[in-house]
Amino acid sequence: MTQIKHHLNDQLLMAYSAGTLPEAFNLIIAAHISMCDECRARMHSFDAVGGAVLEETSEVQMSDGSLEATLALIGKGPKDPIKVLEKTSSSLPQPLWDYAGRDLADVRWRSVGMGVKQSILKTSKDATARLLYIPAGSAMPDHGHNGLELTLVLQGAFEDEDDYFGAGDLEIADQHVHHTPVATIDQDCICLAVTDAKLKFSSLVPRIAQPFLRI
Amino acid sequence: MLNSNVSIEETGASAEAVAYTGDAGDIASVNGTGPVTVIETTRHQWVAEITRIRDHQDQSAFAALFRHFAPRVKAFLMKSGASESLAEEVTQEVMATLWHKAHMFDPARASVATWIFTIARNRKIDALRKQRRPEPEDLPWGPEAEPDQEDILALQQDTEQLARALQELPEKQRDLVERAYFGDLSHSEIAAATGLPLGTIKSRIRLALERMRHTMK
Repeated sequence: MTQIKHHLNDQLLMAYSAGTLPEAFNLIIAAHISMCDECRARMHSFDAVGGAVLEETSEVQMSDGSLEATLALIGKGPKDPIKVLEKTSSSLPQPLWDYAGRDLADVRWRSVGMGVKQSILKTSKDATARLLYIPAGSAMPDHGHNGLELTLVLQGAFEDEDDYFGAGDLEIADQHVHHTPVATIDQDCICLAVTDAKLKFSSLVPRIAQPFLRI
Repeated sequence: MLNSNVSIEETGASAEAVAYTGDAGDIASVNGTGPVTVIETTRHQWVAEITRIRDHQDQSAFAALFRHFAPRVKAFLMKSGASESLAEEVTQEVMATLWHKAHMFDPARASVATWIFTIARNRKIDALRKQRRPEPEDLPWGPEAEPDQEDILALQQDTEQLARALQELPEKQRDLVERAYFGDLSHSEIAAATGLPLGTIKSRIRLALERMRHTMK
């Protein structure tokens, strides 16, 4: 496990634990936690807060015969098969398997120009998740944000004006962040990026392309 | 069948002799070591009941957990926006899942209440919001990596401390935390509910994870 320097914040972890975020955000948070034991421990702590809230909740009486009905339900077996995924060497974190495949080779990329490729993942419509492929040394289009954007590095690294993000690092950017991420020169960079609003591009051309790219 | 009478020997908390009559509220601490011990013993009791479900498909252990937790899960779901009938249905599913997944419960990482909360939350997202919830890759126990009693004891104690710390929060902040978990706060409002005293329990879980990683190698 590489040294992860950029982590989830409490706000996102609490919302993940409470279960109030859009699917795309749950996906990127689950992917980061799969790579980061520090955030995994923090997630369990916020789950413990949820457990305490549950314990303190006033009770609502169950229906008559509820226990017997539940035992009958148990007798029918699990509603969904209980998945135990075998440990394999996969280049993508496990939460992404259902969305993008197990390996980077499975990803269906579409070129968006200047060597940059993307693959939009199918999640609920309240936010967008996509994989981004940025050739070594290339820049992402200069952009600011209308809403919240999270970017998780899966392979390689990128730098912006302020910082360096390597594999497992998660960048949290809101409308106040205006930056130009550049993939480092040594390796192509692959990221998972999630937004809850469309990006606003600074130059004219990407803005025209925006409806087609869905970014 | 419903009146279970269970010993707690296997929980590792056998120092206190406890008579257990089925309802968490009925626990009597025989040597009178005070309310904290009773509450902690109750937590170990719940862990033991999950173990009995896992190892012996013990319906009386299940009935005891059901009596305590099902009415709370139902209330939690109704406060999260479910109708009474949907909450009843989903609660039964949550408790059935507890039975089927008893072998996946890790008492070094979560108390029983925490674990039931996570099952209820996931079913809530599925039933109320019709969304999938991606979960982190699980860290399964490696061979002979079943958590040791000390880790379990420590985590259950830390959970108790956390619960007390939450009760002692100013009412306004406690109310915010509860509303966050019932789904009443927007993402930006949640920021005001963070800043909780989670350092101790986080460090404990972190240690348990490190030990687990070590044995998996």
